[in-house]
Amino acid sequence: MIKIENLHASIDGKEILKGLNLEVKAGEIHAIMGPNGAGKSTLASVLAGREEYEITAGSVDFDGQDLLELSTEDRAREGLFLAFQYPVEIPGVSNVNFLRTALNEIREYKGQEQISAKEFMVRVREKSAIVELDAKLASRSVNEGFSGGEKKRNEIFQMAMLEPKLAILDETDSGLDIDALRIVANGVNTLKSSKNATIIITHYQRLLDYIVPNFVHVLYDGRIVKSGPKELALELEEKGYDWIKAEVDA
Amino acid sequence: MGYTENELAKDLENQEYKFGFVTNIESDKAPKGLNEDIIRFISAKKNEPEWLLENRLKAFAIWKTMTEPEWAHVHYTKPDFQDITYYSAPKQTKKYESWDDVDPEMKATMAKLGISMEEQQRLTGTNIAVDFVMDSVSVATSFKAKLGELGIIFCSFSDAVHDYPELVKKYMGTVVPTTDNFYAALNSAVFTDGSFCYIPKGVRCPMELSTYFRINEGGTGQFERTLVVADEGAYVSYLEGCTAPQRDENQLHAAVVELIALENAEIKYSTVQNWYPGDKEGKGGIFNFVTKRGICERNAKISWTQVETGSAVTWKYPSCILKGDNSIGEFYSVAVTNNYQQADTGTKMIHLGKNTKSTIISKGISAGKSQNSYRGLVQIHKNADNARNFSQCDSLLMTDECGAHTFPYIECKNSSAKIEHEATTSKIGEDQIFYCLQRGISAEKAISLIVNGYCKEVLNQLPMEFAVEAQKLLAISLEGSVG
Repeated sequence: MIKIENLHASIDGKEILKGLNLEVKAGEIHAIMGPNGAGKSTLASVLAGREEYEITAGSVDFDGQDLLELSTEDRAREGLFLAFQYPVEIPGVSNVNFLRTALNEIREYKGQEQISAKEFMVRVREKSAIVELDAKLASRSVNEGFSGGEKKRNEIFQMAMLEPKLAILDETDSGLDIDALRIVANGVNTLKSSKNATIIITHYQRLLDYIVPNFVHVLYDGRIVKSGPKELALELEEKGYDWIKAEVDA
Repeated sequence: MGYTENELAKDLENQEYKFGFVTNIESDKAPKGLNEDIIRFISAKKNEPEWLLENRLKAFAIWKTMTEPEWAHVHYTKPDFQDITYYSAPKQTKKYESWDDVDPEMKATMAKLGISMEEQQRLTGTNIAVDFVMDSVSVATSFKAKLGELGIIFCSFSDAVHDYPELVKKYMGTVVPTTDNFYAALNSAVFTDGSFCYIPKGVRCPMELSTYFRINEGGTGQFERTLVVADEGAYVSYLEGCTAPQRDENQLHAAVVELIALENAEIKYSTVQNWYPGDKEGKGGIFNFVTKRGICERNAKISWTQVETGSAVTWKYPSCILKGDNSIGEFYSVAVTNNYQQADTGTKMIHLGKNTKSTIISKGISAGKSQNSYRGLVQIHKNADNARNFSQCDSLLMTDECGAHTFPYIECKNSSAKIEHEATTSKIGEDQIFYCLQRGISAEKAISLIVNGYCKEVLNQLPMEFAVEAQKLLAISLEGSVG
């Protein structure tokens, strides 16, 4: 699905990603953990296409396409979805209008027909149920007045509506209480299929109790320095990152 | 007695003068400049009655004593009033070669009027001159017939002067007197044409009246004069303006619009303005200096809705005089400025009667290097018990070189009044755009979504067809504007 090779990225002249390698295949869930400042959010931003970052070396193959050559909106249209850590509010634009516009832009890109109003509303009802998002919120402005938990659930709702090939969840669990966490996890699990993949960026092991990953990676100092099965997350929870840093810096 | 040399000389003198004058009428264009002769020329050209010529001359005399106002937050090279042509020939009418060439909108509107397909094709058929300007007989007949049945008068101001002089005399200048301001005085002296509309008692006008349909013999409408009167219990929704940019050489548009809503009547006046705004360097463009005012009698309501995207300089304050008890005044506005445009616009709500209400929703959008100002006045007079006002003026800044300014004035002389004022300033965040991009929405669409969301409250006030045009217009005006 996605193959990242030797990715180097800088911002304002400072190098954050220093030769990152990662491969995620269809049907897989990968978790990325790591200390603060390691470059986790940078990775998410770079993959999504934030222009502030300069790619100085490396490549990213997304399902046979050179991802770095595509604009942000084209990456989205090709099936890349980022669940933001801090979703913005867009006053005056309803969630429903926003999503329908997005869906139709994606369909137009793929040469498909625009979605009918009826089909769209059916989908909205179906998907909002997955994340237990009140239908009333759907007609409110995007994220306006939403609580932290509602914003994160709204991200998963959008993911459910847009059906991406690769979803990157950037610390989706931060700021969530146990119930919200459960709902978000349930949403992600429901959407999982053999045809899509998910990258979960997180600090805490807890989410991975609900969304069981195939692989866990540690991102430290701009590179993936350790990979392992889901047990690795438990080990990190117990021991922290010092032992990894020691291994790497040695 | 024989024909003397003196008499001959006198004859020749007179003949030369007359000759010169006749040539001018034939060429259909007055020489540049403004003086009594030009005014007489305009009046004669329109075959006006003596009383109207007198009005014009009086206005001209008053105008000469006035000084051009300078208090607006705009900078522009003052027009040279002697360097303007105050009357020019009507536009060349188009000849359509085939049905396919006809503007689809025109086709749609004709269909709406109930003009049959055959009739439509005949109207716009090969070699028949068409546009609603010339085709006064056919189109106006179908349209006017429907209105005529209800007693509704909707015609050009010039026609009204001839056909309904009593009505015109009764109401003209009662809301915007000649002495009101510099440009109103100028307009009163040299206005060329405009619209006249009268809705009789208790009649609800069944269709939106639009200047698109009004027979416009005047041409460029540089100094338009419009008068809308809704008699007791009547209702009318009036649309002004065209969404096609007017690439006009004539810089100055100084119009006057007077609305009169008698007891229990309601007038809804919507404008979508897109005059030529000048080029990207700020050269050229229309100066849109307009005086628009409405007066409400008891229980009456006047609603102004405007979407202003054009003109190099916009200077207008559609206002309401809430004279009658329980009367209501509303002002909804979206003013967009881009590149080097400047706008100083807003409203005045004058509360005179008891239990009057006013609502002001103003949305300014600045982009490029433009300057956008809201100037509003809420005035509550001594005896205006229980007045209510709600004002909201929001500014959206699209670049870091544009400016948004707010000059709200509140003058309250009655302690039972309730006045609320809210204001916000915001910009379209890069994060908001990125969020949209990441969902597959292009940047232009994203801006369009966000701007429309921002203007929603105002756009919702427009009649449907206008709202769609307005949305398109907003998108076009803001193309490439996010800094």
